This record gives sequence, C-alpha cells and structure tokens, in this order.
Amino acid sequence: MKLCVRNATHLEASVDLFVAEGRIVTMTPSGSQPVPEGCEILDAKGLLLMPSLVDAHAHLREPGQEYKEDIASGLAAAAQGGFGTVMCMANTVPVNDTASVTRFMMDRARASHPHGPHLRPIAAATMGLKGEEMPQFGEMREAGCVAVSNDGKPVANTELLRRIMEYAADFGMTFIDHCEDPHLGHGWMMNEGELSGLLGVKGQPAAGEAIQAARDILLAECLGLPVHIAHVSSAMTLDVISWGKSRGVKVTAETCPHYLLLDESAIGNYDTAAKVSPPLRRPEDRAALLRGLVDGTLDILATDHAPHASHEKDSTLDVALFGFTGLDLALSLTWGLVLDGGLKEADLHRLWCHAPGRIFDVPVNAFSPGDPADFFLWDPVQKWPANRGNMRSKSLNTPFLGRELVGRVRHHFIGGEKVV
Amino acid sequence: MSIEDRYTWKHRHLLDVTHLDKDDVTHLLDLAASFQEINRRPVRKVPTLKGKTVVLFFAENSTRTRTSFDIAGKRLSADTYSLSVAGSSINKGETLKDTSLTLHAMGPDVIVIRHPSSGAAAYIADLLPCAVVNAGDGWHAHPTQALLDCFSLREAWENRFAGRTLLILGDISHSRVARSNVHLLHMLGVKVRLCSPRTLLPAGVESWPVEVFSDLGRAVADVDAVMCLRLQLERQQAGLLPDLTEYSKRFCLGTKHLDKARPKAVVLHPGPLNRGLEIADDVADSKASLVLDQVAAGVAIRMAVLYLLAVSPPPSFVRGKELVL
Repeated sequence: MKLCVRNATHLEASVDLFVAEGRIVTMTPSGSQPVPEGCEILDAKGLLLMPSLVDAHAHLREPGQEYKEDIASGLAAAAQGGFGTVMCMANTVPVNDTASVTRFMMDRARASHPHGPHLRPIAAATMGLKGEEMPQFGEMREAGCVAVSNDGKPVANTELLRRIMEYAADFGMTFIDHCEDPHLGHGWMMNEGELSGLLGVKGQPAAGEAIQAARDILLAECLGLPVHIAHVSSAMTLDVISWGKSRGVKVTAETCPHYLLLDESAIGNYDTAAKVSPPLRRPEDRAALLRGLVDGTLDILATDHAPHASHEKDSTLDVALFGFTGLDLALSLTWGLVLDGGLKEADLHRLWCHAPGRIFDVPVNAFSPGDPADFFLWDPVQKWPANRGNMRSKSLNTPFLGRELVGRVRHHFIGGEKVV
Repeated sequence: MSIEDRYTWKHRHLLDVTHLDKDDVTHLLDLAASFQEINRRPVRKVPTLKGKTVVLFFAENSTRTRTSFDIAGKRLSADTYSLSVAGSSINKGETLKDTSLTLHAMGPDVIVIRHPSSGAAAYIADLLPCAVVNAGDGWHAHPTQALLDCFSLREAWENRFAGRTLLILGDISHSRVARSNVHLLHMLGVKVRLCSPRTLLPAGVESWPVEVFSDLGRAVADVDAVMCLRLQLERQQAGLLPDLTEYSKRFCLGTKHLDKARPKAVVLHPGPLNRGLEIADDVADSKASLVLDQVAAGVAIRMAVLYLLAVSPPPSFVRGKELVL
C-alpha cells in the first residue's frame, strides 16, 4: 500500500510524506514532488505530523487484573494517545518473570493490535518482584522483553542489584529503577512536608527517592553500566542525576506529565485521585523538573499509566491505591506545556520518541527514508474533555478527569497501517 | 435589634475546627455553658431533639468520647445508636463507603464518626446527605475535644484567652488533639508551645503558629496551662523512641515542672492517662488538674454540637440572651 500525506506541518515546515511497504519513502516540501499513481492521499492541512511515541513506563495489568485494564484496552488507549510502542511493567499476576508470561503478553498484543501499537514488555528484575533472585533475562529478551525493572518494589539488596545490572547487560537490557528507600517514610501516602503535617498523613521525604537514585548512580559508575531512573518527582533527585551525568555515568531518567502539572496541593482534602507513587511534590519541584527536561538532565517523558478500578480509589487516602492513568492524556497534557511556552514541539519529539527509542533500543521514526512509517497527525487546537467517552483505558483514575484538554490525535499510522 | 446582634450557625457538619471562625467558637462555648446548666439540674433531660436520631459510628476503640456523645444525645432526648468495630461488618471487610451508606439508610439526622484514617469524616460527609460530626479521624482532627478543652480553659481562665500561654506536651505528630487545639487556641489568642522529642514532631511544624521546645523545664516556664497528651505505646515499637523510661524522665509532667509555671496554672489531659509516663500521679490528682472538668465539659460541648447540627433550619440566636430550654 502506498500513502501520501499532503500539506502536513512538520516542525513548522509544510511537508508531503510518502509511505510505501510500511516504511518512509521520503518527506519533501509540500508540492515539490508529484503523487505517484495508485497512491492513497490524505490531506493533512492544519495538522501536525509527529512520529509515533514510545511510552517507556506503563502498567497494562494483563495477565491477572483485567478488571483494571487489559492489553487490548491499554494498546487502544496508546493508539489514540499517539503511542506506537508501549513498554509494560512486570507487576502483573503472575509477574512477568518468565519467558512464557512474556510470550503470552506478546500474543495478546498481536491478537488485538496486529499492526501496533507494539508491546515491549519489561522483565521483572527479580522473581515475583520479591527482591531475592533474578529471572532468566536471556530467554525473556528472546521472547520480547527490552529492559528489566522491579518497578513498585525497589531492590533493597545492592549486591543483588549489581548482579542484575551485570547479567541484564549481556542482553543489552537496561535496568530501570523505581527509586524509593524501602524504609524511609514507610507507609507514606503523600509528600512529606507542611501539608502532610497539617493533614495528619504519613509522608515520604524527597530524600526517600534521591537516596536510592544516588545509590544506583554510584553503582552504575562503579560497573560502567547504564541505569535508568524512573518517574523522577523531586528537585533533589534531579540534582543527583545531574551530578551523575557530570561524572560521565550512563544514567538516564524520566519524569511524567503529572509531576510537571500538579503539586502536592492537589491532594487538598484527602483527594485519593491525587495519590500516586512517587508522590506529587512542591511547586518548586515541578518547576525544576520542567527545567530538567529542557536542559537534558531528564532524558525522556513516560506516562506511568497505572489504571485502577473506581472502587480502588473511592475510599480514605490510606486505603486508596497509588497511580494515575496516562496513555489517553499524556500527549495532550504535555502539548499544553508547549502552548504555555515551557517546552517546544521538537522537545516532545525528543522526549516522547527519539530519546526513549535510543535508550531502550526500540526502532522509532525519524522521517528518514527506510524508517518505520509510525506517525500520527495531531490536531493542535482541538479541545476535548477528559471523560469516559473520550478515553480508551478501562479505568478513569486520573486527577485530570473532567479537565478540558487541547490537542488530539486525528490519524495514527503504524507500519503504514491506520490504527486510529 | 440590629442584624449584627443575630448569629446564625451556618455549618452542615463539624469536621475540623479550621472550618470555624471566632464567632462560631464563642457561640458554641456559650451554648455549651447553657447546656452545662441543664447538666446540673436534678432532672438532666430536655425534649429539644425528641424524634431525632444520632448514630455513633466508632471504628476505633473509644469509651469516653462515645459515652460522652451518647449521654449528650440522650440528655437532649435524641435516640442514639452505637456501632463499634467489634460488632460491625467492618470486621467482615466492609468498606467505609458501604458501612456509611448502610448507616445512612437507617435515617439518622447526625452521624458521629471516630475512625483511624485521617480524612475519614470528610470522606463520609461528602458521601452522605446527613450531618457528620468528626469524633476523631486518624492523626488529623478532633474538633469536639479541642472545643471542650477551650471550654474548660475558659472557666479556669475567667473568660480571658488573650495573652495566655499553653504548653502541649507529648506526641504531637500522631495527635489529632494537638492539631485541633493548636488551631483553635491560636485563633482565640493563646500563645501555644509544643514540647516533644523531635521524632514525635510533625513535618512542617516550623510553619505552625507555635514555639517548639525539646526541654520540658524551659518549655513550662511561665505557662498558664499544660496539656499533656497520651503517649501511644506503639510509638516505641515503631522505633520512634528508644525506651519509655527515658521518655518519662524527659517528658513526664511533675510538680517540679509545674512550680515553674504561673501560680494558677492548670493541667489538661484528654485521657486515658498513662500515669507516670506522661503525667505524674501527684499532678494528675492535684488541684491544678482539670481532667474531670474536661469530661463534664465534653458532655456540654457535644450537646451544643448535636443541637446545632440536628436542628434544621440552622438555629439563630440573639447575642447575649441565654438559651431557654
């Protein structure tokens, strides 16, 4: 199948994009080349052409918790949200700690989304996420895993962590760490500070994240191996990463849209919709994280899509589960940052696509001839409310529920096939 | 009579003292004083809330607060029903949402809730159309305790709060009594001090309107009152304290400390007391102790609260006039 997308705007230039056999043929200035015979034409005037995004951090809940999400609904949300690749965390039931679980996930993804979005599972760093012994990363790599992580249950044992990083490196798999000191602030529900003190709620100090990030960075330096710091929430952790980078450590890091757009005050009157791990922090952390994305201390954006059923959030703060959905909303939320001038459109291409592609060795589209034809057309002005009808995830646990967002995926192609 | 002379209670619930202004507090204390008078009559019962139903939902152990609300309701002729953890479906895994909806379906006018989770009272107030009284939620708030403490202090201090200094002694971090009292006393013009080991101070205490001490001898100097808090024994198990002997050496209020306070200084304690741990025997039994006055004040304050929340439309009052019941 051949396709020509005409008059699209790519980073402020008006372009025509030619696609054949699922790959980019060429991208040229609008009208500069004739459209070949038998080519399907899509007029994209007024729409922005963007490469399909990579979400390096999502929880799709299948197998085991399909009442929250399954691979089909998660990938449907991803497709509508502009994601061509989703890296899903291992905390399913059973845990993704064997190649057979990975293969099951891959089969489910191919069955519901044969053209994509592509699923790239993340292997559990330890069996059952228990922090005791490592899984067979080689077999899991062959089955489709691209990285390893103990997300949600940090590896406390540094000797074991060292062996995980070393052994996974044999297969080119990077260790992704959810940085949380297992004891400091244990049982926390929000950021520790003035607000947690007034609400009478146990908090986690920012140091709880930064201490673990510092350990990881020092270990990575000692081993000469890469480490990726997940969902950075605080300025303190950002400083530790910056220090690591200045020492030449192969450390990369992500943050999520909610840490850029919300602070701890969102928890207000015990609002469980704002309970997330790591917690929303102070306004100054928010501002620092945005600067970190611009200056390169933070390498990528990720959603940390963590769907939960409504009854799991409808409770007091202590009982409510941690996490927000994100795949449906992430690009529109960060597009809002472009509209506010905090980020540029090219930053979004870098943070959501090219950098995660490079870090996790996932093929992405740079619009060069031969690249996978993974792209979407973005309506930069369309307004839409974040509600049930507009979101594909099974769950609605987002603090942005009901908010009016700007920017929406209009057409999404993966491998040249239309998925939205 | 001018509009300013008329006061109207505007609150649907009593969840936290932070929702009250000074007029509300003055009014509550005045109203409690007129109920206190009923409590001294030979027949301590008035028909004010006849036909009203008050449910006491206690998801955490409590005897005195529950009994106090129960007596308060009964003295106003309300029907009161108690549900506590031991006898409830909470032990069968029922959620707070479902327990609350079930209780509400029975048609109460007021639900009084005690719950171990901070924010629990606000959660059910959002959920239910009836009035909710917070009888203690986690570490967060205990508004009727703070009100009854102020009621007792107002009597002891002859109606003058401004310029007084009060020391709150003990585990501040995990104390709803401390949080509610700091706010309320500060609103009334009392200078508040805290004295506690650093491990039992809340995060962000620097921004509270208080002076913080770690040495009891210095903290108690020239105060008009000391409020001792109960030390929960699980704090030591949680590793926040090395040993209770050292705690009592540093923080147990004794007569040698009270000697440094102002001559007529009084001592409060929300109970139950750990004698010898946070308060010495002789202090607990001394004339300075308001502990039993607090218990009596508790009934009067809770009568005032139930009255204001169960009567609809909200009652209005003419200032300076006594309530005739």
